[in-house]
Amino acid sequence: MSAPHRELPPIVDYALLPLVNVTVAFLVSGLVVLAIGENPIEAVRIMIAGALGYSEGIGFTLYYATDFVFTGLAVAIAFHAGLFNIGAEGQATIGGLGVALVCLTFDGAPWWLVAPFAIAASALFGAAWAYLPAWAQARRGSHIVITTIMFNYLAATLMVYLLVEVMGKPGAMSPETRMFAEATRLPFLRDFLTPFGIDLGQSPLNPTVFVAMLAAWGVWLLIWRTKFGYELRTVGQNPSAAVYAGIDPGGIVIVVMLISGALSGLLAVNEVMGTQHRLLLEFTAGAGFVGIAVALMGRNHPVGVVLAALLFGMLYQGGAELAFEKPKISRDMIVVIQALVILFAGALEHMFRPTLARIFASAPRDDR
Amino acid sequence: MPPGAGPASRDVWPAAATGFPSEPDGRAAEPMGRSMLESLPRSSDPRPPAIEFVGIDKRFGAVHANRDIDLTILAGSIHGLVGENGAGKSTLMSILYGFYQADRGEIRIDGNPAAIRSSADAIRAGIGMVHQQFMLVDTMTVLENVLLGAEGSFRLRPAERRARAALAKLASDYELWVDPDAVVGELSVGEQQRVEILKTLYRGAEILILDEPTAVLTPAEVDHLFRILRRLQGEGKTVVVITHKLKEIKAVTDRVSVMRKGEIVATLDTADTTVETLAEAMVGRRVLLQVSKGPSVPGAVELEVARLTVRDKRGLSLVDDVSFTVRAGEIVGIAGVAGNGQSELLEAIAGIRRADGGSIRLGGRAITALDPAEIRTLGIAHIPEDRHRMGLVLNFSAEENVILGYQDDPAWSSGWLYDRTAIRAAATRAFEDFDVRPPDPLLRTALFSGGNQQKIVVAREIGREPRLLLVGQPTRGVDIGAIEAIHRRLIDLRDRGRAILLVSAELDEIRSLADRVLCMCQGRITGECRPEASETEIGMLMAGLGGDGTARGGRA
Repeated sequence: MSAPHRELPPIVDYALLPLVNVTVAFLVSGLVVLAIGENPIEAVRIMIAGALGYSEGIGFTLYYATDFVFTGLAVAIAFHAGLFNIGAEGQATIGGLGVALVCLTFDGAPWWLVAPFAIAASALFGAAWAYLPAWAQARRGSHIVITTIMFNYLAATLMVYLLVEVMGKPGAMSPETRMFAEATRLPFLRDFLTPFGIDLGQSPLNPTVFVAMLAAWGVWLLIWRTKFGYELRTVGQNPSAAVYAGIDPGGIVIVVMLISGALSGLLAVNEVMGTQHRLLLEFTAGAGFVGIAVALMGRNHPVGVVLAALLFGMLYQGGAELAFEKPKISRDMIVVIQALVILFAGALEHMFRPTLARIFASAPRDDR
Repeated sequence: MPPGAGPASRDVWPAAATGFPSEPDGRAAEPMGRSMLESLPRSSDPRPPAIEFVGIDKRFGAVHANRDIDLTILAGSIHGLVGENGAGKSTLMSILYGFYQADRGEIRIDGNPAAIRSSADAIRAGIGMVHQQFMLVDTMTVLENVLLGAEGSFRLRPAERRARAALAKLASDYELWVDPDAVVGELSVGEQQRVEILKTLYRGAEILILDEPTAVLTPAEVDHLFRILRRLQGEGKTVVVITHKLKEIKAVTDRVSVMRKGEIVATLDTADTTVETLAEAMVGRRVLLQVSKGPSVPGAVELEVARLTVRDKRGLSLVDDVSFTVRAGEIVGIAGVAGNGQSELLEAIAGIRRADGGSIRLGGRAITALDPAEIRTLGIAHIPEDRHRMGLVLNFSAEENVILGYQDDPAWSSGWLYDRTAIRAAATRAFEDFDVRPPDPLLRTALFSGGNQQKIVVAREIGREPRLLLVGQPTRGVDIGAIEAIHRRLIDLRDRGRAILLVSAELDEIRSLADRVLCMCQGRITGECRPEASETEIGMLMAGLGGDGTARGGRA
């Protein structure tokens, strides 16, 4: 018998539905703000003004978004192959190790000379950290969700050991390496833009943002325009069909996870070489997990990932401003909103779909 | 070996049971043909109609699944419901069983309007449904399955005692004998179906709906099932049979309704119909039920399978010491009830499954150890049994499925990237050539009808002019119009001197397409016969029995 066609027009599926989900997430967040005893409209105004209202705010928003694009892409590409990579956090952490090793080794060399190596190292180290979970999934059937979560903890623990016992700055109290030489750090975009009258203030936005744009384009090209992308989507959609078509699903799983890990690792270029200028604990600040929400909301499409990353960048920057202006609303409010977005965009995605389907199906269409 | 197919039940079979479709009423293959007259329309039944659909209308989004259906099913009758896939048969029955709610219209049971909002309501109204995919718990016993959801008391022991007594009575009343303590997973498919029927009867069903009940049965099991249905009818129960096998409609039903595009286009006394008129009513035009083909001109041996053995993870032989050959220019059919190793045989030849013993050669070259990609480049194409599970990626656009399996072909690439113009052109050409509708290469594959999805697979695999084509269930879930086209293509390919190995659970399909028929049972080839052999003979080989009634395992 024919299954009921519940096709939505793409514009509804990819634009309206996420928009509805985000709106509802915000409305519910508004109720939370109301419960705290603040005016939600005022709160939204402060957040938007804080994120987009002045150039420094925009700088911060873009800086946060850069991180989220990398981790969002990492989760999205794995998802196309049917893999749920929860390990972006750990892969980014180890990517930071790669960046730090390169920067400390070539300390003092000009940044434009070091950057290619640092980028390569971040990708390589991130990929390496994804390799074992990928291999275990592909060849031994260990579930990737479990193993990547465990590897997050391993990465964090390894980093503590390295920063305390091996790479830490001698005599320092905090577990971190020495600062990179001034010349080796990625320059801030604010230094380039001030002569043009654009004041990015203290925002740490750096050239990594362009790497992120390039990565998004590259991922799009890879998934939809190459043979490898075709194969990885086949594996993700229908592993039996992949075997039938002569594709080795295990091999694809491993390579996709390496790419996913490499994308996560790139986050470290933004954070370690571009912002912190040293390797320290937890420089990823949860961006690996935000990447999951970003990919969910962006419907695993690079364009969607970029847009969702911008939204989350706004949330982070606007939320910081909000916490500053309204002491009653802490930064944790952002975590609440983030959780609600995940809830509505991911877990409850099908809540509004039937209604929208009904509305758009009532327009007469020829039976196929 | 199911109990119902014992030798005793076989000697009543008429000798010449080859009549389909030249013998329009198809009753020749029906062992109980003599008793047909006794069960013909019981219009004399004084009771009100068992079921009346009045103006039932149901839409799924843009699809109008049921259009204003009026249908009366007489009490105490066996009513057939036929129609192509997507004609709305299952939707209508799902509405009756409470899975869906009709948008408009009314259902009357025994003359009274009934509000059926769930399957629990339906069961209370005396309706029982036997689904195509059985709803049984394989690890439980027959008794436990029958009791499931109808325990009736907190403690199980008294309920079990009641059920055991009830089963014994049902067994003697309706020839529905199944060991109540057998584990369901170990029963044959025919027995499992009997358990499903027992479940509905135990719940007090007066009206039985069977959805494609014969799809997985051997001819002997089909025969047994029909006997059961007639016994049920004799006890005054009403039976509705949903099927696409017109011959069976002729064999077992009193009245038949034909559905097309969501509408009932005809309701007739079965005696007044022929298979041809029913087929025509289903499709809306005249159809050719038997493909015409000339004699085959077999050439050199293309495929040579020798002592092939395939085992599952537990070490059980799925394909057991199988040897045969396929020559260029011939179609070799493998007949057998689904699940007797045919799938595994095809998958082993295609390289999807590893052989545990024996050898496979293509044109003299050993291909046993090669992977599916290598085997495909050597010229073996494969139309898999289950297009949804294996042959297609349903969420891909149609053109993406046109390159599935051939994704490495340099013709699709320009540099690092796919050449989308080339792919689009190839898809458009293939769709035109095979009349895929709608001819839209960008449409998501899931949105094509079953027949057109299958045409995409067939176009892809035949379009490569393979040396050897492996075909599994080429027309399962495919409407009659498309069946005709697909059969035509297979014969054409054969006539161009290609070798074809065909696996099908549809005996009629095997017999009309194949030049030689191998029968398979429990992983072994149990015999070879000509396609003209009687259904009885093939049926016995399919059940693993030689002509003398003893189990036989041999090599063709």
